[in-house]
Amino acid sequence: MIIEKPDPQAFKSRSREAVQDPLLRRNIREAMDFLVDRRASQFPDQAEFERLRAIGESIRKDSLRRLPQLLEKLEARLQELGVSVHYAETPAEANALFRSIARRHQARCMVKGKSMVSEEIELNHEMEKVGVSCIETDMGEYILQLAGDRPSHIIMPAIHKTKEDIAKIFAGKIPDTAYTDDVDELISIGRRELRTHFRDAPIGVTGANFLVAETGTIVLVENEGNGRMCTSIPEVHIAITGIEKVVDRLDSIAPLFKLLTRSATGQAVTTYLNLVTGPRRPGERDGPREMHLILLDNGRTQAYRDDRFRATLQCIRCGACMNHCPVYTRVGGLSYGTTYPGPIGSIISPHLLGLESTKHLPTASSLCGACGDVCPVGIPIPKLLLSLRQASQNTLPPSSQPLIGQGSGRSIPEVLAWKIWRLLYANPQLYALFTWCATRMRWLTPSYQGGWTRARAPLRPARRSLRELISQQEGKAMRKP
Amino acid sequence: MSINPNARKAIFERLRSASFPEKEPPSIDPPDFTTAASPPVGVSELADLYARQATLSRSEVISCSLSNWGTTLADLVQRKRFRSILAGRNTWISGELSRQIPHDSLSWFDEDMFSFKLRLFSEFDTGITTVRSAVAETGSLVVWPDTQEPRSLSLVPPTHIAILRASSIHFDLAGLMQAEAWSRGLPSNALLVSGPSKTADIQRILAFGAHGPKELIVLLIRDDLPGT
Ligand code: SF4
Repeated sequence: MIIEKPDPQAFKSRSREAVQDPLLRRNIREAMDFLVDRRASQFPDQAEFERLRAIGESIRKDSLRRLPQLLEKLEARLQELGVSVHYAETPAEANALFRSIARRHQARCMVKGKSMVSEEIELNHEMEKVGVSCIETDMGEYILQLAGDRPSHIIMPAIHKTKEDIAKIFAGKIPDTAYTDDVDELISIGRRELRTHFRDAPIGVTGANFLVAETGTIVLVENEGNGRMCTSIPEVHIAITGIEKVVDRLDSIAPLFKLLTRSATGQAVTTYLNLVTGPRRPGERDGPREMHLILLDNGRTQAYRDDRFRATLQCIRCGACMNHCPVYTRVGGLSYGTTYPGPIGSIISPHLLGLESTKHLPTASSLCGACGDVCPVGIPIPKLLLSLRQASQNTLPPSSQPLIGQGSGRSIPEVLAWKIWRLLYANPQLYALFTWCATRMRWLTPSYQGGWTRARAPLRPARRSLRELISQQEGKAMRKP
Repeated sequence: MSINPNARKAIFERLRSASFPEKEPPSIDPPDFTTAASPPVGVSELADLYARQATLSRSEVISCSLSNWGTTLADLVQRKRFRSILAGRNTWISGELSRQIPHDSLSWFDEDMFSFKLRLFSEFDTGITTVRSAVAETGSLVVWPDTQEPRSLSLVPPTHIAILRASSIHFDLAGLMQAEAWSRGLPSNALLVSGPSKTADIQRILAFGAHGPKELIVLLIRDDLPGT
């Protein structure tokens, strides 16, 4: 199955295409309005939201501050429980770990719960190369895998598909399946198909919403039960997540869980909160006999080492920032060409992929501030977007270590334009001369003005500048007796 | 690309080189996570709240008493025509189960998953389990699998029947974890279960029975009420 390699550099052209697709725009708009309303109904009281958010923010900040110690503590607990802990600096290294575990068990198939980090490393694709099929079991992800498509939202991956689209995909891809656009029937078809995989696959793969250091617990939040299947039925369980997911104490889970489910889907609680603490114990009849945790860096340490970017790692992946983003709502998740779309994607992708290919993403914001307002862990997303814009122009203070791809957004004409602007605006005589010329020679304004005229009417100076008009008015008033 | 034996060291070195110019974040100790101004404390209040909340997330809650829960279950099995029921041996409910459920309808989860898989996925329409407690605020059961009641017992059969005692219900998750000292050690798997499995992945339309049980029935034993 060929899936077009996503490319954040094509953000501008892809978003232009998306904006011109009224059906897609309506689907996304409706879905986002739905999620926005649902969230609002869960936080009727702004003061209460802020109180909870302050708790969530301080838990995440405190965890990051002590990250190395917490990782060591987690590791020690997991080793006592018999879980193998692995680290990977890059997606390639993480995939190598998966391959070696699969090879040791001679596995040809893995069932996988929803995991954005596994998307980040392109696990399905990399496993396919060595003859291991990695089957998505979250209904949304399963639909996309059948269709050869990509997730467009981190919580509701198939949000860009209608039920008719899905009916066609099922009828075309699942043997002996007639076309039906009845949602209950579609779900029961998916259930039937995936149950045989849960039963037969030797390896289950999941992500992790949180890791608890003091107990060595992997926390999974879900509604469907596929995560439970992946952690209960196969003989081997591999969890993969980012190094930043750890918190110290189990009692932090209650508020984080509350913030996550309410912000994500507007549910007071998801169907399952699954706490996995080590593999099967003596006397137990099910659960994996072998467990692995893979902790991925992939640029997270770059965000971590710099005070200006560290807050990026507070994220609990609720998706609220994208639901509330006027840009995301118009261009949709696929336009971003990254694993994580929307505001969170725009602040994390530059660390994962380098600024060179992602320099457009921090500019995909009106800086309206909605993302920062709804973020349940208080990430100042607009501020981070601005810092990334600065980094892409290479204007971060020299005290900081450069980001990968720093300065790649710098263009000579733009730099020149700003130099001239500064010159004019800092000198009254020059400024007066400039406006006099611009108004007198307005017939010379070009009708093509770069990116501006691609979707807007050309800018033309007025007949007279405001200063001139005011001084004329004042002159008239003076002359009156 | 092969496995990098130095990944851990390199990652830790980078993490340790980070600078923290900002001051310590405000401490949240002792944490207060309760969202209700005055959470209910009485068992009856908690049981009522649990039943209301659980019903909202499509659990079917049937109230009964310590003396009649067995016959209530027998009626339920008959009414719903459950034919093939799986349960764990040697629990506080197992004696009553074998008294109330016809013997040809009841099996015990005695085998190892590996040899039992085929039967587990094809044969049983119902799994019955005990639960440790419940969270009233969100209508969630605390399912605590162990050697007698494996995790898949409440997951694979299409219907899950849970036996809950009202006196075990707590108001919220934070309070429950503290009261039961969960942080001192957890079983290999602990779960909060709030309703049957569901998904809204197709055009946001809610459908039940995604991968786990399609139906969740809770027998709520009102051991708080007099005469039970
Ligand atoms: S940045 Fe905040 S709002 Fe966005 S996904 Fe992360 S936690 Fe949610």
